[in-house]
Amino acid sequence: MNRLPRWLLVALAAGPVAGLLIFYAWPFVILVVEAVTEESIRDTLGRSSTWEVVWFTAWQAVVSTVVTIAVGLTPAYVLARYEFRGRTVLVGLLTAMFVLPTVVMGAAFLALLPESLDRTVVAVIAAHVVFNLAVVVRVVGSLWEHLPTDMEAAAATLGASRWKVATQISLPLVRPAVTAAATIVFLFTFTSYGVIRILAAPGTRTIEVEVWRRATQLGDVGGAAVLALLQLAALVAIVSWSTIAQRRHAQAIGLLPTSARRRPRTAGERRFVTLVAAVVSAVAAAPLVALVVRSFSTPTGWSTTAWTDLGRAEIRPGIRIGIDPVDAIGNSLTNAAWATLFAVVVGALASLAIAAAGRAGRALDGGLMLPLATSAVTIGFGMLITFDTAPVDWRASWWLVPVGHALIAVPFVVRTCVGVLRSVDPTMSDAAATLGASPVRAWRATVVPYLWRPLAVGAVLAASISLGEFGATSFLSRSGGETMPIAIEQLLGRTGSLLQAQGFALATLLAATTVILVVLVERLQTPLTRQPER
Amino acid sequence: MTDQPGLAVQNVTVTFAVPRVPRAQGTGNRDRSGTPPVLDDLSLSVRSGEVVALLGPSGSGKSTLLRVIAGIIEPDGGRVLIHGVDVTRQPTHRRAVGMVFQDNQLFPHMSALDNVGFGLKMAGVGRPERSERASTWLRRVGLTGFEHRRVTNLSGGEAKRVALARTLATEPAVVLLDEPLTGLDRELHDQLAAELGSLLHDASATALLVTHDPDEAATIADRTVQLAEL
Repeated sequence: MNRLPRWLLVALAAGPVAGLLIFYAWPFVILVVEAVTEESIRDTLGRSSTWEVVWFTAWQAVVSTVVTIAVGLTPAYVLARYEFRGRTVLVGLLTAMFVLPTVVMGAAFLALLPESLDRTVVAVIAAHVVFNLAVVVRVVGSLWEHLPTDMEAAAATLGASRWKVATQISLPLVRPAVTAAATIVFLFTFTSYGVIRILAAPGTRTIEVEVWRRATQLGDVGGAAVLALLQLAALVAIVSWSTIAQRRHAQAIGLLPTSARRRPRTAGERRFVTLVAAVVSAVAAAPLVALVVRSFSTPTGWSTTAWTDLGRAEIRPGIRIGIDPVDAIGNSLTNAAWATLFAVVVGALASLAIAAAGRAGRALDGGLMLPLATSAVTIGFGMLITFDTAPVDWRASWWLVPVGHALIAVPFVVRTCVGVLRSVDPTMSDAAATLGASPVRAWRATVVPYLWRPLAVGAVLAASISLGEFGATSFLSRSGGETMPIAIEQLLGRTGSLLQAQGFALATLLAATTVILVVLVERLQTPLTRQPER
Repeated sequence: MTDQPGLAVQNVTVTFAVPRVPRAQGTGNRDRSGTPPVLDDLSLSVRSGEVVALLGPSGSGKSTLLRVIAGIIEPDGGRVLIHGVDVTRQPTHRRAVGMVFQDNQLFPHMSALDNVGFGLKMAGVGRPERSERASTWLRRVGLTGFEHRRVTNLSGGEAKRVALARTLATEPAVVLLDEPLTGLDRELHDQLAAELGSLLHDASATALLVTHDPDEAATIADRTVQLAEL
């Protein structure tokens, strides 16, 4: 019939499948088979320091999650239920915080918090909370916005005070969304890496940091592999639990088709909304402001030296520290350009194949999502120990870092494209066939043209992911090839006020670039996601 | 104070910032912004134990009036008195009003029994007595054996009965019914209208029923009022 020929689907899928097998599946197998031996398991699990790391990873993630939910529910409610001036800006600000590279977030809190809190767990948790507020606001808010307000009014007519309405009606109803948000926040904080590397004391390590330390600092590849797999097992367990919990508590609620947002009516409501909006804006903006301010501050007063001398990273004339911030910007841009190209080509081919093929398409879709479920540190680590012997000693190749970045970015490109391609009305292709077009010709005329716009969105996303990527890069980048996040981490780890200020300047630059890219994504996406008014 | 009306609405005016469908008789516009008021200087009185039906076309502000009485909407002007007490500035949960919503608004995370018992729980009634009284109300609306049913699995008529029982169980000073029988099929509608009328009279409830159906008004209410004439 009018199906696309098999050879075309195979040709489309061949590249993505090969890439996935070589750069994801193979390193993963190497990680399991070669590094994980009985000896490394016994050695790693028998060491008390391993369990200290696991314990720290778990409790800081639990505390971060609980605090994020507790702090985030009020803004989630206000932003979901009230319309007020500046609302969109506030949501945008929170979203911007969430998409900032982890290294920038760590740097921002290093800049913001007083020295007494630097390199403490409090700083780490504070950064985690502000970082992830957007998750609670967006995930819980999107349900809250559509809950019938009359249900709360009904409870009030039955004698329930505001507090009782909140605890007995509203919260139980948004519980599935709270569970979902908590799971996401937990996953992010459990696998926290960049924030910890910058903000925590050298002895405070999450599993991710410990994997990096054992693999690159101590040469204990087996131990690092065991820990990486231990973490993966924990993540799988948590996601499964969350899926079951959300299913169990799912309610058949008659959701409103449109948002229940309205302007605050009474004076009390106005005070409440103003207060919450002001506090949230302050909390979200303060770290970014601190970042900029600190890039201009030196022990002797305000100065633009950090910016003007960005290319002169010398402690004293002639003594260089081996990091050049300007080079790092160049490296980041080059990497981002290649990573974007790789991700766009692979993502486009894969999306076309996934949208056109049936069951095999879903399998490819699932396979390409796997790198997203694996931490960037694990990906970088796996690639490092796989591509280190001839004929695949690619450690010195310029393209290894961009390939690592592309692996992480491809899922985002595929997700943006597949949805759009699947929504193309198949009768258009039938119409083309009745006009004499062969299946391939009809597909080119009716489906392929829809690829470009989501692909542009995917490209911008890939670029921003590559620019901020730290986990995999910290394994794969070589001396002289430092990217911006690597340079930021190294500069902020040194003493010396100029180096610190340069670190903050570089972080400011990266933050600004990321925010601009994400705003671009939102702009590109709007005409696609906006539904016609009914 | 037996001569006090059970419910009195005095000179209530409501203007939404967003223009809504204006009242047909929207004269005497007092609003500064120029938007015609939804309710314009409206007064109404319901005697204690009386069931009054308020008739009017859709968009005429009937539901808005109920929401003002319940305290869900704050009026721009005027007063609401329940048994002679001015409750205009009271929050909803302190007004002792019960309200049956057009779409029931049953709590989906609770059983039928817990829905009916919710008001009693808020009033501080202990669990054993609460269960007993809620069961009695379920029996009174013909839902014996429905105690532990999930409300999301009820039919339209059953859900409506649970909503009625939930409102009446707290013995509110004023019962407000917002088009409670809209959307039911004819046979069920007539049957429930008759049941509702006798339930309200048995409970000697002071009630204000909003509807656009004159037959329904005649079946349930002691007196019918046209909103346009107020």
